Amino acid sequence: MTELIIASIMTMMTAATPLVFAATGELVCEKSGVLNLGVEGMMLIGAVFGFAATAITGNAVLGLAAGGACGLAAALIFAVLTLTLLSNQVATGLALTIFGTGLSALVGLDYVGDTIDQIRRVHIPVLGDLPVVGRLLFGHDPLVYLGIAMLALTGWFLARTRWGMILRAVGDSDISAHAIGYPVIAIRYGAVAFGGAMAGLGGAYLSLVYTPLWAENMTAGRGWIALALVVFANWRPGRVLLGAVLFGGITILQLNAQAAGLGIPAAFMSMLPYIATIVVLVFISRDAIRIRLNAPACLGRPFRADR
Amino acid sequence: MRKTIRLAALALASAMTLAAGTVSADKLKVGFIYIGPPGDHGWTYAHDQGRLMIDNMLGDHVETTFVEGVPEGPDAERAIAKLAETGHKLIFTTSFGYMEPTLKVAKRFPDVKFEHATGYKQADNVATYSARFYEGRYVQGQIAAKISKSGIIGYIASFPIPEVVRGINAFMLGAQSINPDMKVKVVWVYTWFDPPKEADAAKVLMDQGADIITQHTDSTAALQAAAERGIYAFGQASDMIQFAQDTQLTAILDNWGPYYVKRTVDVLMGAWSSGDTWHGMGPGMVGMAPYTNMPSDIAMMARATAESIRTGAFHPFTGPIYNQAGELVVKAGEVAADFPMLATMNFYVQGVDDKLPE
Amino acid sequence: MLRLEARATQSAAAAWLSPLFAITLTILTGAIIFVLMGKAPGPALYIYFIEPLTSGSGLSEVAVKAGPLVLIGVGLSLGFRAGVWNIGAEGQYIAGALLGSALPVYFYQSTSPLLLPAMLILGMLGGMAWASVPALLKTRFNVNEILVSLMLVYVAELLLVHLVQGPWRNPQGWGFPGTRLFPDAALLPVLVRGQRVHLGTLIALLVPLLAWFVLARSRFGFRIRVFGSAPAAACHAGIRPTRMIWSALLIGGALAGLAGVIEAASTIGQLMPKISPGYGFTAIIVAFLGRLHPLGVLLAGIAIAVTYIGGEGAQISAGLPKAVTGLFQGIILFYLLAFDLLTRYRLVVIGRQGSRA
Repeated sequence: MTELIIASIMTMMTAATPLVFAATGELVCEKSGVLNLGVEGMMLIGAVFGFAATAITGNAVLGLAAGGACGLAAALIFAVLTLTLLSNQVATGLALTIFGTGLSALVGLDYVGDTIDQIRRVHIPVLGDLPVVGRLLFGHDPLVYLGIAMLALTGWFLARTRWGMILRAVGDSDISAHAIGYPVIAIRYGAVAFGGAMAGLGGAYLSLVYTPLWAENMTAGRGWIALALVVFANWRPGRVLLGAVLFGGITILQLNAQAAGLGIPAAFMSMLPYIATIVVLVFISRDAIRIRLNAPACLGRPFRADR
Repeated sequence: MRKTIRLAALALASAMTLAAGTVSADKLKVGFIYIGPPGDHGWTYAHDQGRLMIDNMLGDHVETTFVEGVPEGPDAERAIAKLAETGHKLIFTTSFGYMEPTLKVAKRFPDVKFEHATGYKQADNVATYSARFYEGRYVQGQIAAKISKSGIIGYIASFPIPEVVRGINAFMLGAQSINPDMKVKVVWVYTWFDPPKEADAAKVLMDQGADIITQHTDSTAALQAAAERGIYAFGQASDMIQFAQDTQLTAILDNWGPYYVKRTVDVLMGAWSSGDTWHGMGPGMVGMAPYTNMPSDIAMMARATAESIRTGAFHPFTGPIYNQAGELVVKAGEVAADFPMLATMNFYVQGVDDKLPE
Repeated sequence: MLRLEARATQSAAAAWLSPLFAITLTILTGAIIFVLMGKAPGPALYIYFIEPLTSGSGLSEVAVKAGPLVLIGVGLSLGFRAGVWNIGAEGQYIAGALLGSALPVYFYQSTSPLLLPAMLILGMLGGMAWASVPALLKTRFNVNEILVSLMLVYVAELLLVHLVQGPWRNPQGWGFPGTRLFPDAALLPVLVRGQRVHLGTLIALLVPLLAWFVLARSRFGFRIRVFGSAPAAACHAGIRPTRMIWSALLIGGALAGLAGVIEAASTIGQLMPKISPGYGFTAIIVAFLGRLHPLGVLLAGIAIAVTYIGGEGAQISAGLPKAVTGLFQGIILFYLLAFDLLTRYRLVVIGRQGSRA
């Protein structure tokens, strides 16, 4: 039984990692006051270009970098439209998702059925051989650790650095921040770009580590889950990890329940992750005061310097 | 079977070449509707290989077209009709969900011939065809029972349709013929092709102790997830050995080419007629990939079983067969009938630890 | 130096020009993409955008495809105007199809003339019920409707699969998923012999006209327009946000549900595991391309339908992959949003001292 629990937790961490990346990026983006709904599209772009780069160069690390870079590029399209051309953020985010889905499908056509050398777990001697703890703490693939590290770094940046504070100020009151003299638009560009890079990395993880394959629409809604996670986490980085593991966990749990022969109709078990997301959102959102404290006050509103 | 087709094609080719001198023969247009991309290395890939065989063998007289990624439903009717409207005289619709659209279009174009894969409704100009994949599953079951140390198989299933249930049952029967206590754990992923989900299913099954993974889904993800942990697995619809060189045991091969060429030749010679074709290893529609990564005695056993199925000496669904409730559904020594039992199979054999939807 | 200056009122001319700009630029971008893919741009563009309109069957197919897009799009546009982001129309479409199809599934031998109208009404109710969840959660608990409505899409899809595989499965269907074929009394009549244009398509043509009338001339329409463009003023005028949110979501749900049951009762003729190629999501593009105006949505629906039909033809005649269609749709939306700017701001030339030139 312990073996099953350990193994399940390991699988859950893998399932959580794309969510951790994407949610971390979106958290920073939203903290600066920009709502980017295009996470799904950026993840898919990261997945396909990451895969293509790896297939061409044979180097998975390059592939990951390419995935992040392309996610960033896609986010910049969004940034130009919403920050400079002042278009509606919700609509533009949706457009990015639709565009990303279409572009990735097109680019990916040449790569369906191909495979690459996936990034494997690294075995850490001594530490990795400890019973129980060995695998749980040291047995994951490198990107799981990178995801958690990025999350921790982001939390530290937002809470403890000057620029992190400025970013939060921009998200809370862009007009005041501008009055003080902070470059609101530039900061938001940076935040959006970071969000894109993270989403791209999360997507590349899917096609390089999770499965060494590309398939159309392979994110299967993870981008949207990541968006929900940011709300679930009340825009606090620590809770993002919890939410990601929970959500990744529910998906794995329902498969486990099926395999164990628990007898609940598979279709209903498959619905669990989505219903769970709604339920969690309800509970979180009820605490309106808490939300107002943490949510960036200017979320979603375009900023114009001379208003 | 292949020899006969080659001869027929050759004869036809010569006849037409002679005739070509006198009459300019327009190429026969043959169309294909695919549910996925030809590159999936699974279901659609196998059909496309069949199409390519037509190109290779009859290319001088036949021109093939394909439309990929056609969703089942109203879009399918339009895509099929488009092929019919643009002069295609033989159209293969390669998924069950194309059944009603195919029939509707067939009514509008009575002089076009349609071949619907895995369907059960025919018409004067609509034939159906399918393959006895379950024969391969039986062989796989035997191999799995010999190789597995934990006695637990992990089965990644797509949708609870008769074809999939048949596969699970045949697999179990094959496994039970070696080890009556084999266990199979089934996970339903409700998709034919979703690599991350298939990988998840494989991981979960392995976490729960399965040391052989088999699938009725189309991507290589499960095979590769198993390979990452050094777990043996079976490929699906095509030989997937290059994705798991050290752990693929074998794969069921969908070999549509000979049937496709035969039907095309039938149309060319004006000899096409409707009907239902359900071929297995005998006529070569189902094949097994080379037996790899196993001791030679197990490979020999597998080969022997496959051969006995191929010659018709043995039928995987030979009684006594009990269902999950313990009732005898096929008497000892008898063989399950194609209709209705095999074709509409929606019960599990004894020993499968899962529940089918009502 | 150029600067953006806010317009006092939205420029109507720009509002109608931006879709045209967007489409034109998309076509040009398309030509470039085709060249990059090694295909001749001229013939490919013709197949994509013109050919579907050149034959009777082509026009009929465009109309049939546009029907659900327009119906859902109109519902979404009213909601988007009110600032309510209903992303889950796909789920409401399925829910409507499910509830509406329950009648022919259970009364599969019925010949009653009341069957069809009842199905349509149930379809709308099903969509409304599905949309009422995000409405309730938003108004009572302040939960974002985007996420709730989207999650419910997955739930609806799984529910459909479960029903057609289990309780509603055709007993004579050899165990394959899918309901019985609907009886004739449950099918929408075809309008033109030999084509697929059916009564539902006609409904889809009338609804935008009805919506236009409501939007332009009724008090309710007025409230929606005010609420969308000036929520603070709307509040002062006594327009309650809760009511607006409910109305927006219920209308969106009703129309999506109607589209769902219409599709089931016409081109599909039964329920099967998949009954939508993504209409609920494509309708979002249609709504925006139509500038959130019912008549615009009608035109946009037709335009997008043309790209779908053209896309299929392009696969057959030009060997172009299906993915290009999805890419086009994303690009159209991007260009549209880029030009959106011009409706709300104008470019002004500023002299060096900061005075107007």
